[in-house]
Amino acid sequence: MSAAVAPLPAAETCGSFPAGFAWAFARDVKLAVRHPGETLLVVAFFVLVASLFPLGVGAEPQLLQRIGPGVIWVCALLAAFLSLPSMFAYDYADGSLEQMALSPHPMVAWASGKIAAHWAASGLPLTVLSPLLGLQYGLDGATLAALAAALLLGTPVLSLLGAACTALALGARGGGMLLALLALPLFVPVLVFGAGAAEAQAAGLSAAPHLSILGAGLILAAMGLPPAVCAAVRIAVD
Amino acid sequence: MTARLEARGLTCSRGTATLFRELSFDVAAGEWLAVRGPNGSGKTTLLRCVAGLTRLDRGEVLWDGEATRASSARFRASLLYAGHLPGIKDDLSAEENLQCALQLRGIAAAPEALRAALADVGLEKRRRLPARRLSAGQRRRIGLARLMLDPAECWTLDEPLTALDDEGQRLFAGLLERHLARGGLAVLATHHDVAPAPARVLRIGT
Repeated sequence: MSAAVAPLPAAETCGSFPAGFAWAFARDVKLAVRHPGETLLVVAFFVLVASLFPLGVGAEPQLLQRIGPGVIWVCALLAAFLSLPSMFAYDYADGSLEQMALSPHPMVAWASGKIAAHWAASGLPLTVLSPLLGLQYGLDGATLAALAAALLLGTPVLSLLGAACTALALGARGGGMLLALLALPLFVPVLVFGAGAAEAQAAGLSAAPHLSILGAGLILAAMGLPPAVCAAVRIAVD
Repeated sequence: MTARLEARGLTCSRGTATLFRELSFDVAAGEWLAVRGPNGSGKTTLLRCVAGLTRLDRGEVLWDGEATRASSARFRASLLYAGHLPGIKDDLSAEENLQCALQLRGIAAAPEALRAALADVGLEKRRRLPARRLSAGQRRRIGLARLMLDPAECWTLDEPLTALDDEGQRLFAGLLERHLARGGLAVLATHHDVAPAPARVLRIGT
């Protein structure tokens, strides 16, 4: 083994944002596909809880139409919350997070990739299913579209906010409870404007202002939260 | 090849206990430093400080004469750190785990190279099994295959021989020897004797 060994190639700084993002996204999506239980659980929770409400409050069409958007939003929010702890906890427990923290890729890159993958495995299926659940509440076509559009803009914000909270709660005892206390209050504005979009549409107004605010919130969250996630991860692996 | 790792006045405390104080050492290309000390003396913390995971109270680590804190991307491109936790995903196969670990370091390895490395560490027949079905030693061997394929100059390994059998330990010694011959350097925390003798032994906690 010792004879005629080539010297080590000079180390290049081979980290880059796209490579780090793509690495984390591809890996986490692959893990989610390999272990679909988690995603299925989130979806099943969403569908079940949203289906329980009409049974509980009675099948009065006007009442259901009135509460539909809000109920679906609360269910989506709780379902998204359920999937939060797994975003970093497993990687923290098995040492992957340390390896990521030491990779030459920028930390923001793989953190964003992980958040995007989390959204693809939780927020995206919820968004896709929401019109079907909306039908149970007798929502009309335009309201269903506003609901889905609001979820499309709002669920990534939930993933981004949730990522920062779950990274902060890493390694803390009783992290689950802490996570609920940290994350749920932060989800409130998303809930208000998200449910507001569909309600405005149902009331004959335009959903556009609500959607614009959600879009602006998404841009702000996408710019500001990944660095916060990185800071929290750095503290967690210290 | 000018690889050189220097530590100047490293001091680190956890809570109220000071683990080490004013610790300095040099490791040049082709050398390895053994970190020894009783359990709980701070070997792991020292390695984590060198890698940049744990914050130092005082002191600095220099890589090729540059403070690693300032040029961290450059240092991280040359650094291979393996701690107690192997960072292996149970749901991925040995092959996928290896590929994933290399891609994270920005290294694109051909499938044949992955397969050859896994064959060299004795995992060829098990390379497609999910890692949860591998034994502790076999999981460690994925780490050996990674050492084989990663051109990082600076190895920082915490107890690399844990759970490895005699053959695995010989395999590691061969890899270390090759790494040093290629101009690499290493900092190892280990209780075992490894075939190429360490250039220096750093005793802490005594």
